[in-house]
Amino acid sequence: MGTLRHIGKETPRPDARDKATGRAVYIHDLQRPGMLYGKIKFSDQVHARILHVDTRRAERLPGVRAVITAGNTPEIRIGFLRDNVVLKGDKVRQYRDEVAAVAAIDPAIAAEAAELIRVEYEPLPGVFSPADALREDAPLVHEHDPRGRPLTSNRLSLSYHHRSGDLDQGRRAARFVAEGRYSTPLIQQSCMGTAGCIAEFDGSDNLTIWAKTQIPFLAQRDFNRALQLMGLVGKNSRVIVPAMGGGFGTGLDTHSYEYIAILLARRTNAPVKIVYTREEEFACLSPRQSSETFVVQGCDESGQLTFREVRVLQDNGAYTSWGATYPTVMLLPATSLYRVPAVQFEASLVYTNNTYCQAMRGYGNPEVTWALESNLDDLAHQAGLDPLRLRLLNCNEPGETTPMGLKVSTCGLRQCLEATARHLGLDENRIPRQDPGAKSTRSKRRGVGMASLIHVGGSGRIYRSDASGVILKLDDFGNVNVYYGGVEMGQGLHSAISLGIAEALGVMPQQVQINPTDTGTCPWDVGTHASRGAFMALNAGILAAERARTRLFDLAAPLFAQEVARNLERYRKQHPDHRPPEFDVRRASTPDRLDLRDGMLRLIDAPDEPWLAVELGQMLRSIHFREDGEMLTVEAFYDPPNELPDWDRGYGNISATYAYGTQGAEVEVDEESGEVRILRLVAAHDVGQVLNPQTLRGQIYGALAQGLGYAFTEEVLVQQGRMLNPSFRDYKIPTACELDFPMELVFVETGDEHGPFGAKGVGEPGMVPTAPAIANAIFDAVGVRIRDLPITPQKLLRALAARGMGEPL
Amino acid sequence: MRQPLAFTVNTMKLQLEVQPGTRLLDLLRDELHLTGTKEGCGEGECGACTVLVDGLPVNACLYPALELEGKQVTTIEGLTGPDNTLSPVQQAFVDHGGIQCGFCSPGMIISSTALLNHDPDPTELEIREALVGNLCRCTGYAQIVESVRHAARSGGAPLGCEAERAIRDRTRPGKEG
Repeated sequence: MGTLRHIGKETPRPDARDKATGRAVYIHDLQRPGMLYGKIKFSDQVHARILHVDTRRAERLPGVRAVITAGNTPEIRIGFLRDNVVLKGDKVRQYRDEVAAVAAIDPAIAAEAAELIRVEYEPLPGVFSPADALREDAPLVHEHDPRGRPLTSNRLSLSYHHRSGDLDQGRRAARFVAEGRYSTPLIQQSCMGTAGCIAEFDGSDNLTIWAKTQIPFLAQRDFNRALQLMGLVGKNSRVIVPAMGGGFGTGLDTHSYEYIAILLARRTNAPVKIVYTREEEFACLSPRQSSETFVVQGCDESGQLTFREVRVLQDNGAYTSWGATYPTVMLLPATSLYRVPAVQFEASLVYTNNTYCQAMRGYGNPEVTWALESNLDDLAHQAGLDPLRLRLLNCNEPGETTPMGLKVSTCGLRQCLEATARHLGLDENRIPRQDPGAKSTRSKRRGVGMASLIHVGGSGRIYRSDASGVILKLDDFGNVNVYYGGVEMGQGLHSAISLGIAEALGVMPQQVQINPTDTGTCPWDVGTHASRGAFMALNAGILAAERARTRLFDLAAPLFAQEVARNLERYRKQHPDHRPPEFDVRRASTPDRLDLRDGMLRLIDAPDEPWLAVELGQMLRSIHFREDGEMLTVEAFYDPPNELPDWDRGYGNISATYAYGTQGAEVEVDEESGEVRILRLVAAHDVGQVLNPQTLRGQIYGALAQGLGYAFTEEVLVQQGRMLNPSFRDYKIPTACELDFPMELVFVETGDEHGPFGAKGVGEPGMVPTAPAIANAIFDAVGVRIRDLPITPQKLLRALAARGMGEPL
Repeated sequence: MRQPLAFTVNTMKLQLEVQPGTRLLDLLRDELHLTGTKEGCGEGECGACTVLVDGLPVNACLYPALELEGKQVTTIEGLTGPDNTLSPVQQAFVDHGGIQCGFCSPGMIISSTALLNHDPDPTELEIREALVGNLCRCTGYAQIVESVRHAARSGGAPLGCEAERAIRDRTRPGKEG
């Protein structure tokens, strides 16, 4: 692939100037003529039959244009199992259930009208934990499945299994065994821009919806289905994604509020906008799912892992969205992080009256990696091995096929482990501390710890199609207009596209114009999830660029000499003494000798004369403005070489390549206060190839901050299904002051054969191992193991007190 | 009911009638269509709506519009000079990766501008303390802090346009050369 001209260079993002000047238009900023404002009436009961909804006072309020309930709208079932109805008619199953909605001429009237709606309920007993929900006498959250068949348990029909190798043999071969239960909390994605949409019908009953979504094309499918149910047979929805104030997984499903905006827009014949307040965002949008994980794994005398068992129980909440499919990703670390010859994995989900959950960065991986990597440290301790040594002994290697059937093309895990160790000043031959870490002051002890990760790095086939299309439309001015269906939500996708297309096509990044994500103009894309955005856009982009170059050279070859003659004429006017070298341009102008570089067409091996290079725009105009002229528009549809796993067996090569990494932490624990100070974080990641170091660093720094929040402060507090902390005052995401320590980043470039320019996905891996690396450092410092996130001073003090009383570690 | 209000936004002198209780944020976004200032929480916790009033940073979501009488408001739009010249802080955020989703960026840039206006050479800790009221979920703040340090080093007036210089002169008498 020759020298890279743009890939790997520190480059400002193409969207940065709009965002720095306040020009970027988010859903919150968007207005449509005649637009109304929608407001949802959420349930104030956690589990109750709806007896009566009285909307009369709301309807009478001046400025109200429509009030809708289940009684006056068609039933629209949504979600992964279609167990969620957009407007609830029979009963509510969680506090945030949508019972009614209004559209009014301004937001204040809409809010007042929603307040005026009176709902009469008959309260029902609720279930608020998987254990309660599985009791025999537990009330049922759903009495029927979506097809009307009676249900007898709160356990979901969905479950996940994997079994490989000889587990009994593995258990017998184990000289040391560690087991434990670990848990992770509900956390909120906390996008700075809250959720919202605008729905608008045209005169022919087709819908346009401006949505904060990561899945525009799956959303189009969902919305089209809703249009059918609304009687709008054969009508279409067009999904447009404005600038997005963060995604982090919130946009992986369609939401009731979007359908409610559609229903209100239909009822009123006007565009309707719904934007969540911050309190609604916290209390009424689906957070990251909580988890309880049991892990037992063992190793032989030398430290080789012999078996591993992982069992996960997830609180599904009241309905089923993508949170219920976390186990599809949990399988990766459970089966394939380090080499284990025998593995058993099981995950099950239970309905409760808690909030239903969906995706967030890492999607099940941080949950299971928290359990696995905490447990592995305990195992190292029992075996008397340094945790680094245990990890190096069992390190994954390129070329292996893992128990899940993952085909590992490139693997930089060993380099990541070694780099992290180097940064932490660790030596694998160190004997683990039997007594707590070095005292730095009277009550403070220091320690270091690490944890690793495996994640999809080459997209992830969880739908039958895992493909993405891209269109490149070259115009008369040499611009390359890119139409790609994935979304820029802050992660830097557009930066990758501008550098990657420029590199592959041979133009300057400024010539690459990226168009808004719009299902009406962009080719299909399954969604921006699984760290796949840049991997997919650039693999498709490279294919399209190759097609564009081939066609361009075919069209340009017969015209090249004529354009060069024009150039030479102009050049001679300025340089009358110029004597052109002996060179037969006409003879040399064949497609195979043409090249496009930095936006200029040249002949390979031609003399280095300025007039011998033709601007792309000049050539495109020449190709266009003639008889039988042509415009150059190319498309490519890239489907990665991965497979849809067999979920009954938990087996299949889900991704084209895999991302690896190791993070390390050095901490200081105050044994008197239970406070933990981070002295440094190290993040070493196998990224395949750095596309733009600036945006890559941004992804990892940001992920570390989220990992830090997961480790220490973030938890959606729920009491009997009600969220207790729906504000940034009470739900603490890290601030600039909490991140006042060095974050040392190491990028390992393994140059993957399937990656565009060798690159792997990088969006999610950064927050996967942060919390266990910190917990392992705390263990190293003070010899106590915290198994339940977040690690609060109270939990640490309790554990330290128990240590003093001779409790097991 | 509406009450008269005379104030300046960026370089625009305005005389309006405003409903008592109107938040500065709504006046800017809904009536003046200056949507660069964002609403992240509406309760003064996230800093996305930070603007300068007479050179000092305030949360526009908590600031009553009628308090503005005779004052100067600077929004993110006001930092950009004629012909799209970015202020040194805006330019540094662009150049050094201080921006990801961009929703916190206007508030973050305004708070950084206020800091540099007050202290042209802050330490890293001072930068972090000045930005503690501006939440960001994307960046982990590392490149934001880096951007502010670069803006400080670039030494140019952190406020871009003429009106802002006038305010700075007014709010920091005797300090301008």
